[in-house]
Amino acid sequence: MALKRSDRRRFLKSSAVLAGGLAAGAARTVSAQTSDAIVYIKGTDEIVAYGKRSRFETAVRESHGRPHSPDTFGLIKHVSTPIQESVGVITPSALHYIGTTRGHYIPDIYPEAHKLMIHGMVDHPLTFSLQDLKRFPSVTRLHFIECAANRPSVEAKSIQESHGMTSCAEWTGVLLSTLLKEAGVKGGASWVIAEGNEEVKGTSSIPMEKAMEDCLVCYGMNGEAVRPEQGYPVRLLVPGFEGIFNVKWLRRIEAVDKYYMTYNDYGHLRQSETDAALGYLVGPKSVITYPCSNMTLPDKGHYEISGLAWSGNGAITRVEVSTDGGRRWQDAEFRGTPQRMAHTRFAIPWRWDGSESMLMSRCTDELGKVQPSRAQVAKFFGVPLDPSYRVPGRDNSIQTWRVASDGSVHNAYS
Amino acid sequence: MRIPRLVSIIVLLLWGGIAIAQTSYGIGSTPTEEEMLTMDIDISPTGEGLPEGRGNAKEGAQLYMTKGCIVCHGVTLKEGPAPRLLKMDKGPDADPWEFGKILPIRSPYAPTVWDYINRAMPLGAEGTLTANEVYSLVAFLLYKNEVIEEDEIMNAQSLPKVKMPNRENWAPLPDYKPGMDRLEGYPY
Ligand code: HEC
Repeated sequence: MALKRSDRRRFLKSSAVLAGGLAAGAARTVSAQTSDAIVYIKGTDEIVAYGKRSRFETAVRESHGRPHSPDTFGLIKHVSTPIQESVGVITPSALHYIGTTRGHYIPDIYPEAHKLMIHGMVDHPLTFSLQDLKRFPSVTRLHFIECAANRPSVEAKSIQESHGMTSCAEWTGVLLSTLLKEAGVKGGASWVIAEGNEEVKGTSSIPMEKAMEDCLVCYGMNGEAVRPEQGYPVRLLVPGFEGIFNVKWLRRIEAVDKYYMTYNDYGHLRQSETDAALGYLVGPKSVITYPCSNMTLPDKGHYEISGLAWSGNGAITRVEVSTDGGRRWQDAEFRGTPQRMAHTRFAIPWRWDGSESMLMSRCTDELGKVQPSRAQVAKFFGVPLDPSYRVPGRDNSIQTWRVASDGSVHNAYS
Repeated sequence: MRIPRLVSIIVLLLWGGIAIAQTSYGIGSTPTEEEMLTMDIDISPTGEGLPEGRGNAKEGAQLYMTKGCIVCHGVTLKEGPAPRLLKMDKGPDADPWEFGKILPIRSPYAPTVWDYINRAMPLGAEGTLTANEVYSLVAFLLYKNEVIEEDEIMNAQSLPKVKMPNRENWAPLPDYKPGMDRLEGYPY
């Protein structure tokens, strides 16, 4: 978040006081400390063992929607990532969003006792320990996971609320197809059901085509073990599919001959076929993360507009940016190589002349699908566009930020 | 004679290659029947996996109190603090989707209700209900939501036959194919 200079001073001053007061043992404080003075922290065994971010970094996840997470029972349901603070394409594991159909506790699983069973319509049912899984050929891929609740809205008070239910991590594991082939899938098995080990044993039905295509049974996340909130010790990744398919604390995969309509499946059941079809995968989607609402541009002049683009259909092939509400579009550059079903960072230089500006991004994916405006979606379905119009299925519509002449940035949902 | 032998060697080699591909890595162990039975808790929408047992709404009403459901879901099944278990009052002509996202009324299949209560409730003591208890509790919730009568017996045969109001009233997912259009002809 862009802080004005004076705010920044005040912040540094108060944190220095805090450091002097609270961390006297660990920090060498300088008498008559000025706001620019650096406090030197003595090494501790803790710092040596496992690092922490700077105490000046304050970006945190927050509860998303209702009920509040945690709720009165201590269940966690929806938690969003501070996407406004993101740099690059990887969401730090500690900030990765969390979502489930129903709230859940976080199972504290002893990894050596954890087993993954593959059974049902297979030739040889098999059980794998974590060590077993690590003996298979491994795969490391960047993938986003996004919750169906991630949608721009007129009420959204922040980008974290409208776009914070997506995250991207580097996932390591074994292809589900490798495990299914090891067990030998029988003819007629058209779905798998994947079950987690949380208290509600959350279960999702996944088409066999997808299971054999690119699903990953992951034990690694961003270079270390998967985090407990993300499914420690083993989770499933179903690239591009709605978040709920990505079963955490994975304990069982069963090959079956029909859609099972589990509780998770029931949770995203839709009445209209359009909603059901468009709810499965997310289409091409992007958002500008800098600048975005609740920020203030301190001055006229040069900025780098930057954001994230992703698609359930594969890789992003193009991102365009407009600063005048969509009249003119300019191609943005990729920062890094776009990966399939992964956040892709884009950027474009911009000179702000101090006048009101409308910032938008739109992306295209490898299938040639283009991120639409809400108006385009409404037009496609032949319905009137009003503020209550809801894009069917996964909402991949364009987000506009309005930069006012005083530099403040606002949600310009229309 | 030479050629056939060569052929047979090639066949053997190929066979060996295929054999490796088929038995592949040889990693993992075979679960015992018992392990499979305890782990395999899912019930299909058409009732496969439902165990022996029976129950009705009267028994369920008792269990709703004695098993503590009442503490979290409320005396009237409406007031919480846990999610409401009774359909919204929308009148007789309402589309069943208007009753709210409430499992024992929205679910197209009654066995899904059984499956969920069996695996997930009561919160804090999941997996402790007997099959009879789950049948009774499902019967109670279906009765309260005006899906079945109070004295109807729920068991592995009758439960899958319960006509849930949304049985035909939901959209199946499209057949997934890699690289498919999310929606036929949709440019976005
Ligand atoms: C300690 C509190 C608690 C107790 C006791 C409890 N529940 Fe629940 N129940 C919940 C919560 C909380 C949820 C929502 C699930 C979640 O968020 O994980 C829920 C969800 C449900 C649902 C799904 C509701 C829906 O529409 O999705 C059903 C059905 C249910 N409970 C039935 C029961 C029954 C039957 C019992 C008694 C055997 C019971 N519950 C006992 C807290 C409780």
